Amino acid sequence: MSIYLNKDSKIIVQGMTGGMGAKHTTLMVESGADIVGGVNARKAGTTVELGGKELPVFGTVEEAMKETGANVSVAFVPPAFTKDACIEAIDAEIPLLVVITEGVPVLDTAEVVAYLEGKSTRMIGPNCPGIITPEESLAGITPHTIAGKGPVGLVSKSGTLTYQMMYELKDYGFSTAIGIGGDPIVGTTHIDALEAFENDPETKAIVMIGEIGGDAEERAAAYIKEHVTKPVVGYVAGFTAPEGKTMGHAGAIVSGSSGTAQAKKEALEAAGVKVGKTPSETAALMREVLQDL
Amino acid sequence: MEFQAKELFAKHGVATTLGVVAETPEAARAAAEEMGGVTVVKAQVKAGGRGKAGGVKIAKTADEAESYARDILGMEIKGLTVNRVLVTPATPPVEEYYFSFLLDRSNRSHLCIASVEGGVEIEEVAKTNPEAVRQIRIDALEGVTPEKAAAIVDEAKFPAELRDQAIEMVQKLWKVYVEEDATLVEVNPLARLEGDKLEALDGKVSLDDNASEVRHPDHAQFEIREEADPLEAKAKDKGLNYVKLDGQVGIIGNGAGLVMSTLDVVAYAGEAHGGVKPANFLDIGGGANAQVMADGLDVILHDAQVKSVFVNVFGGITACDEVANGIKGALEILGDEASKPLVVRLDGNNVEEGRRILDELNHPLVTQVDTMDGAADKAAELAHRA
Repeated sequence: MSIYLNKDSKIIVQGMTGGMGAKHTTLMVESGADIVGGVNARKAGTTVELGGKELPVFGTVEEAMKETGANVSVAFVPPAFTKDACIEAIDAEIPLLVVITEGVPVLDTAEVVAYLEGKSTRMIGPNCPGIITPEESLAGITPHTIAGKGPVGLVSKSGTLTYQMMYELKDYGFSTAIGIGGDPIVGTTHIDALEAFENDPETKAIVMIGEIGGDAEERAAAYIKEHVTKPVVGYVAGFTAPEGKTMGHAGAIVSGSSGTAQAKKEALEAAGVKVGKTPSETAALMREVLQDL
Repeated sequence: MEFQAKELFAKHGVATTLGVVAETPEAARAAAEEMGGVTVVKAQVKAGGRGKAGGVKIAKTADEAESYARDILGMEIKGLTVNRVLVTPATPPVEEYYFSFLLDRSNRSHLCIASVEGGVEIEEVAKTNPEAVRQIRIDALEGVTPEKAAAIVDEAKFPAELRDQAIEMVQKLWKVYVEEDATLVEVNPLARLEGDKLEALDGKVSLDDNASEVRHPDHAQFEIREEADPLEAKAKDKGLNYVKLDGQVGIIGNGAGLVMSTLDVVAYAGEAHGGVKPANFLDIGGGANAQVMADGLDVILHDAQVKSVFVNVFGGITACDEVANGIKGALEILGDEASKPLVVRLDGNNVEEGRRILDELNHPLVTQVDTMDGAADKAAELAHRA
């Protein structure tokens, strides 16, 4: 078991023929993920060889799903076209949509997230490294060589901190590692991933990595306290980061949270989560947890 | 800044008074003379609390406007130097309201906040009388229709005689929010003037950088160059994501999360080494080639406060040998300008080859440390000793 992605996942790539798309499709094929094709309206009917595999290019997501049985799409389309690519995939009822693209206008993401309401698609991202279930499948840009299969579930806002934490705990391994993205609005939240890990028998313990800004970590802490029985270890980056753009009076009125790393750490600790001061200390806390299991 | 927010308001037909931006007391005087009557001289900085800091003055004459402008220009408000003032005709409000649209991260949608008890002390009102500050969720697909605008105005209990005017203004402010890709459009105060006229007396607009990049090339005009730190300006010219901080250990890393984490780890390590702190945030992103590394080092080494540099890279997609070659190339490009010790921590993809390249380089300034914590400690120690 794992969450969202497994060995039976059949993956198509939206924007497969672009620079980023081609590079990472190659890496996904090399990782052993079952990449079955790509989508590009202008190159429909052709094939592309990536990572030693001949991949068909389809005109639409719907067609690609019909022809290949794909149930996952990874999007590498440029930010200006990301909204349309997402809507297309959601309309085609793709079960999992992973949006890697960085720099998507936040109003576009807000629209897509509203559009997801009541639909059958789960969206991860945008601006994320995607999701990896080691030794089974990879939908995104996380290097598949960092760590193997194991009992730890990982959810993180940050790509490189995902890699760093996987590396620190590579001797234990991961059920699934998911980078939800650092944008103000994302499709899959910390809470969604925590719920899925809680229900996944293979996951024995969870690492949650947060960053300054917003109140997602505070709300995740409240969720953990109520609903998560598995041990959770946390890390928050940005204790010394400069204050970002303020949201005027409005931000303070709405969230009631300062969004600082300290506030997030305190909220997590109040929910019984052990929080490391550094990535390596966080990994050490997780080791203690795993030894006691 | 206020005058820029007002430009965007005016562009979309929101009632406001633009006024005149003055960078000298003489220009403020000329503007006040032209306007005649009583004027307001307001400091233009990206910070709230300008009134409380003495940055907003009412001038009865052009002489006064000049003298207030002289006081305000050069003043520091929340660490920001005032380089310009806005001179507008004084239009004393009969009543002050508060209105904003903003991105609501928690609900992953948009939110409208409105209050007729509002005005400048809105945060205080939100605490003492939260019922008077209405929060209304906006559906991101539907946006603000005329019906929604009417519902907002009624919910906030705008006076009946202003209802139609308020509905129209709400729709126009929504146009500012959507068409300019803002994450905040705030009118504070939204003033009821003599003759029951609604006007945006002051305001703030935050724009989404992603959207500005993708579809609003004209937003570049809102960036005010001279306010930026010179090192930040230089970094920006080179396309680097750099923020200057007050510290001694220069930081280069890949990925925003890892760089933020690096700042934290250096700050902790610094506690044992005379309290040295990270000197900057610099994320060189995925492709850490020689030129990007050289550009990054070039900016950091020109920071006079910097005593040592910590290069912290986790090779995910980027291979560590490319990063090592980047450092090697950067040192060649910089030559004698590279004058401060470099602590390098490489891990991840192709790490053995990366470390071998740096070992072989055997550069007197470069020290390799295998772990992030160890490297942070070394960099802090070197900064403290320097």
